[in-house]
Amino acid sequence: MTPFLEELAIAAVKVGAIIGLLLGLFSFMTWAERRLLALMQFRLGPNRTGPLGLLQPVADGIKLFFKEETIPEGAHRGLFLAAPVIAVVTAFTAIAVVPYGPTLELFGRQVPLQIASLDVGLLFIFAVTSLGVYSVVLAGYASNNKFGLLGGLRSSAQMFSYELTLGMSWVGVIMLAQSFQIADIVGAQAGGFWRWNLALQPLAAFTYFAAATAEVSRTPFDLTEAEQELVAGFHTEYSSMRFALLQMAEYVNIITVAVLAVNLFLGGWHFPFPGVPASPLWFALKVAAVLFVFIWLRGTLPRLRYDQLMAFGWKVLLPLVTLNILVTAALVQAGVL
Amino acid sequence: MDAALFYLLGALALGSSIVVIAQPNPIRSALALIVTLCCLAGIFGLLGSPFIAALQVIVYAGAIMVLFLFVLMLLNVEPERGPGRSRQLTFAAVALAVALSAQLGSVLVRGDRGAGVEGFRAPSVDMARVLFSESFLYAFEAVAVLILAALVGAVVLAKRELP
Repeated sequence: MTPFLEELAIAAVKVGAIIGLLLGLFSFMTWAERRLLALMQFRLGPNRTGPLGLLQPVADGIKLFFKEETIPEGAHRGLFLAAPVIAVVTAFTAIAVVPYGPTLELFGRQVPLQIASLDVGLLFIFAVTSLGVYSVVLAGYASNNKFGLLGGLRSSAQMFSYELTLGMSWVGVIMLAQSFQIADIVGAQAGGFWRWNLALQPLAAFTYFAAATAEVSRTPFDLTEAEQELVAGFHTEYSSMRFALLQMAEYVNIITVAVLAVNLFLGGWHFPFPGVPASPLWFALKVAAVLFVFIWLRGTLPRLRYDQLMAFGWKVLLPLVTLNILVTAALVQAGVL
Repeated sequence: MDAALFYLLGALALGSSIVVIAQPNPIRSALALIVTLCCLAGIFGLLGSPFIAALQVIVYAGAIMVLFLFVLMLLNVEPERGPGRSRQLTFAAVALAVALSAQLGSVLVRGDRGAGVEGFRAPSVDMARVLFSESFLYAFEAVAVLILAALVGAVVLAKRELP
């Protein structure tokens, strides 16, 4: 085989594995979220289909697959059909440049656990996720439904407000690692949990987590699909597989955000104490912990009011993250960090 | 491969920018503009400048255009119906368009034709250096003035009655 074909084959295997893994994790997340929320609310949750209800996502998938797909009258057909596709494409593209573990040696060649390694890795993720907003906006607009439109407007305003904070939370981390590449940022955090960016950049870690929660519209920032007022927000009119696609994109985005949190702030695939070799296992455990925190938040916090949401984003998070950048820049310049 | 991608992206960018100005429905115009901006980002990437490509998508496609769409949807702007065109304005527009094309054409004729798509592979800093150099500075600034003129025009159109 020529080297080019070999590279292509490796890339194809990686893409297939990651997509398979993400789809598996997505269906597992829907089950875990329902079960854990139920436990937090003294209920049982779905426990009938398969052992512990584990086959519930499969049943849901089959059900959605055989449902009739409806397109509302007066909807903008093209955009209505395109919105879920945009959502899924941007969600999966963003996660393509994220590394999952140290470079492995397989069959005598170095294989990085990452689909594509870009010099501007973080910027690329930021660019792609900022395009993901369109799926929500267009889905709301194209449905010709007032709840859909309101949901779409709310989410565009919300994502717009928190995107800035999200991007700026990365700046301190980038300054410390002197690189946009996520693998370099993880490498800079090797050698114990006191070297993690959670310890070195606690403020940025907080603003990142808050902004990321808002960006994926999770409680307490889930105004975009506040079911009490908006039915289901932007995806009110979606049914069948397109509804499933929107759900999938939402969960893949949550996974992306969690994976980034682990890579940027929680030391990636490094063990909390020196001496233990780095491994994708630590990475997976940390991602699971972050995902649990997302579910935990949903079971704990009430939803913010709209004015509170805007005030928190612009008057609390943005000044905090700006302060963090200034202080970090000063410390890096002074040679302290 | 690079050349094929360049022509594909270039054609897409040109086609979608024609849709932007020819389309009476403002939402569709905005969507076409997003396609144009993403194609431009792709071309920046081909020029070996992933940094500018990423910035193009983040700032224009991801932030400014979201705001555009947001306002368009919030105000529920109706598709434009053809207004009466004044003959003098049409004449002035054609004259200015010809002048601009002539200027850009002169840059293309005078410019270094050897620097094709494959030839120009430089980091962002070098590209900025070339752009602000003697040979491109005036054309570059002229484009900036053109954008400013468009901005002023938009304000005048939106305000209708000036005090």
